[in-house]
Amino acid sequence: MIRSLDSRPEARPETAAPTALRQRLAELRGPTVAPRPLDARALAALAANPGCHRRALLDGAGVDKAALSRALGAPAAFGQSQFAFVRGHAFEARVKADGGAELVRLLRERLGDGSPAPEHVDLPDLAAAGPEGRTARTALALREATAAGRWAVLDHPLLALTVAGTPAYLEPDAVVVHPDGSWTVVEIKSFAMVDGSADSAKVGAAARQAAVYALALEAVAERLGAEAGLVRHRILLVCPKDFSNLPAASLVDVRKQLATTRRQLARLTGVASIAAALPEGTTFDLCLADDGRTSMRPAAELASAVDAVAAAYAPECLAACELAFHCRARSRAADAVQALGRGLRAELGGLTTVGAVLAAASGEAGDPDDPTVSALRRAAALRAQALAGVAG
Amino acid sequence: MSLITTLARLEAVRDGRARPLATVRHRHLAEKPFVFVPLTTAGEAGAPLGAMVGTDPDTPRLLVVPQPRDRDLRSAFLAELAEAMLPYIESYAEGAEYAEDTENTSGSEEPCADAPQLLVPSAAGVEYVRLLGRSMRFRRTAEQDPDAPHPAPPRVPLLGRWLTHFGERARVPGSSLLPAMTQLLGRHWATGQSVLEDQHLGALLAWIDPPHGLTGAEAAARAERERDRDGLLVHPPAGPATDPVFDNKRLAPAIARYDQGRTGAEREIHDLLETQLRPTWDAVWRGVGLLRALPEGAHVADRWKRDRWSYTAHRDRLRAGEPPQPKQDDAVTAARKLGARETAQAQLDAQEALDDPLVMAGRRLAGEAFEGEVTAVVMEYSQAKVPRPRPLVTVRTGDAPHPAEGARLHRALPGGKSQSAEFVAHEADGTLTVRLTGGMGRGKVPEAGSVPEPGDTVCWTLFEHAPRGGPELPDPDRTPWTHGGPPAAAAEAPDPVTAEDLL
Repeated sequence: MIRSLDSRPEARPETAAPTALRQRLAELRGPTVAPRPLDARALAALAANPGCHRRALLDGAGVDKAALSRALGAPAAFGQSQFAFVRGHAFEARVKADGGAELVRLLRERLGDGSPAPEHVDLPDLAAAGPEGRTARTALALREATAAGRWAVLDHPLLALTVAGTPAYLEPDAVVVHPDGSWTVVEIKSFAMVDGSADSAKVGAAARQAAVYALALEAVAERLGAEAGLVRHRILLVCPKDFSNLPAASLVDVRKQLATTRRQLARLTGVASIAAALPEGTTFDLCLADDGRTSMRPAAELASAVDAVAAAYAPECLAACELAFHCRARSRAADAVQALGRGLRAELGGLTTVGAVLAAASGEAGDPDDPTVSALRRAAALRAQALAGVAG
Repeated sequence: MSLITTLARLEAVRDGRARPLATVRHRHLAEKPFVFVPLTTAGEAGAPLGAMVGTDPDTPRLLVVPQPRDRDLRSAFLAELAEAMLPYIESYAEGAEYAEDTENTSGSEEPCADAPQLLVPSAAGVEYVRLLGRSMRFRRTAEQDPDAPHPAPPRVPLLGRWLTHFGERARVPGSSLLPAMTQLLGRHWATGQSVLEDQHLGALLAWIDPPHGLTGAEAAARAERERDRDGLLVHPPAGPATDPVFDNKRLAPAIARYDQGRTGAEREIHDLLETQLRPTWDAVWRGVGLLRALPEGAHVADRWKRDRWSYTAHRDRLRAGEPPQPKQDDAVTAARKLGARETAQAQLDAQEALDDPLVMAGRRLAGEAFEGEVTAVVMEYSQAKVPRPRPLVTVRTGDAPHPAEGARLHRALPGGKSQSAEFVAHEADGTLTVRLTGGMGRGKVPEAGSVPEPGDTVCWTLFEHAPRGGPELPDPDRTPWTHGGPPAAAAEAPDPVTAEDLL
């Protein structure tokens, strides 16, 4: 499976953005602000809405969207309860407590393919300075573990993935290297698996997230000169079993999510071209006061900077993006039908505003030969007839 | 979503308040529903935090777990819940002693005269009822298993079996044993926001019944997002999940004080949970009031009778001493459940359309029904030895149905029966001809009123009015090997009690 393992992993992955773009993004973010790293969750959400330039640019530039939404007066409602946080960490620590042996046991049990039982599970040290150092250390550890032909567990490796021209650093819960040299992404979640099944929405989110990791691992495999087939397409999802804190595991096929994510990420318009289309001097710098929280920029000024980048708001954004309330308010102010849902938008053809649809339905506007318009008029007449029958 | 529903949503945006999606109430609403507003601990399955329960809007009962990680406190909570809920559930169980084990009976036996109705705020609440049921029904009491290390309080496993039954029944389309308020309201009103945003009970109510001087959108935005000076939501979420800010700023410190054994800490947790539960409790009852204002649909009682059957059958299973519902259904039971749900969905779709001109309007738009004026009736007879009336009816309609020639059509007769017909042809002048094939009595002359006359307005549907289920399934002990063979007879073991349950 491995073509060559001789080539040393490059000291720096080819993810560094060109200097000019970096500088431009720093201006957008604010010269004194440290960039906020993209994580797999953000990437999965980004891939779910690839048409959104606003999100691509703000995430690409590492802008703190939560702070931005607060400054805009439309704060996001995201947050984690400390109960969930504590429980999640306790569970992950428990699953990894014995140096990865438990993870390998769960994986072998699920695979059931007679892969050899481990005498010893390698647990390479991945500590290094800075994200670039850590990704290089991870790549090295993967190369060594793959060549060793033994079970190995990489605890919180760091992977790099280029997204829309900027590097994103991703940290899966674990990656298991099989004796045959293949790799499995491990995702440890704290939602319960009751009688072998879990909340499908949460499993879906975990699968999308794991697909991003698998994608990043494929990039590492490529750099190591190995085939992309090294990365297994079934990830191991580990959850608490029933109502206990014992682990239960399941293999989740992420080929579909992988294909979707790959396609969507490729479609993301390069951050560079979005940034280039912005008016001169645009910045999302909040000019934070000394307390590090209060924005000194007028909200209206920030809003016009944000509005300079096109957004593609849909109600799904509310669960995935910190800026969603702001975008929703804008979308509603623009009378856009998409604010009521993508499906609804799809059945209204070329009519994109509430006013236009209602005018077409009432016969005040619209081309009667347009099938959408004639269907709307028919629907309006039937609806009015039914309601009048009851009132009268 | 049909175009009529879409239009209703856009009208709601224009008007700034919700618009009707139905002209009658399509779900049963009990005279005395039992409202159950649960809260759960974040990040942990089946660790209840508290609940507000009861049948009287003015005097809810508050149940609280001051330290959700303490197994004994959890048990005490479940015992209290059983004590609050079971008397209500069991109060309908008297009478109807000879019910069969199935929903439909062939004989004249009747189900219990009424059945309990549990009302939860949202779809997540329904899921939580299922989860609670699963966590309780395999527990063993000290009486059942004297050696069990942490025996369940006496009535807890029984409540688990009831909640499992309610949760399972909630998956049957049109059933009303365990409705969620957001779903009830969403069925009857279209708001000016998306279906996703309608999952928020406060926002949904804000659109349906906005406070004076506010539009639905403004009121909904407040319900969703308004926070006080400490960053806490003014309108707490309808649960079972709590607001993370509430957890971190209020609840966690209070639980820490409780753990330190401070006096008054338990009282404080009670009061805190009441602030989170009471608004949702009130919102559910407000929803009840709004729904009561709608007249009940004609077929609602018919569907409620099925719910009563389902309740009666479960009561009988309990009385017969059957084991708790299995963790996973065997092949035959699963296929039977799916089949029953498909049939229930088809019946619900048909009955809602018959009960409500607004729903029928959607079916007419989709070409699944047509309404029009009768322009001519020509008497014809069948070719059989004893000729039967087969009148040809011509209808002028503005609807655009697409039946194939010979397609079966159905029409509701005044008595509630349905009359079959077949489609003959689209005429050149735009009218349709239909041949009546039944519902006219046994004689040579059709019964009075069974044949429409010129000038009558009639509505034919392309769908059946009382669709039946699919083919029979084998008995479970004759399950073919392709489907895993007959299920194992042994009852399932309770969940093992492990130290890890307690963090």
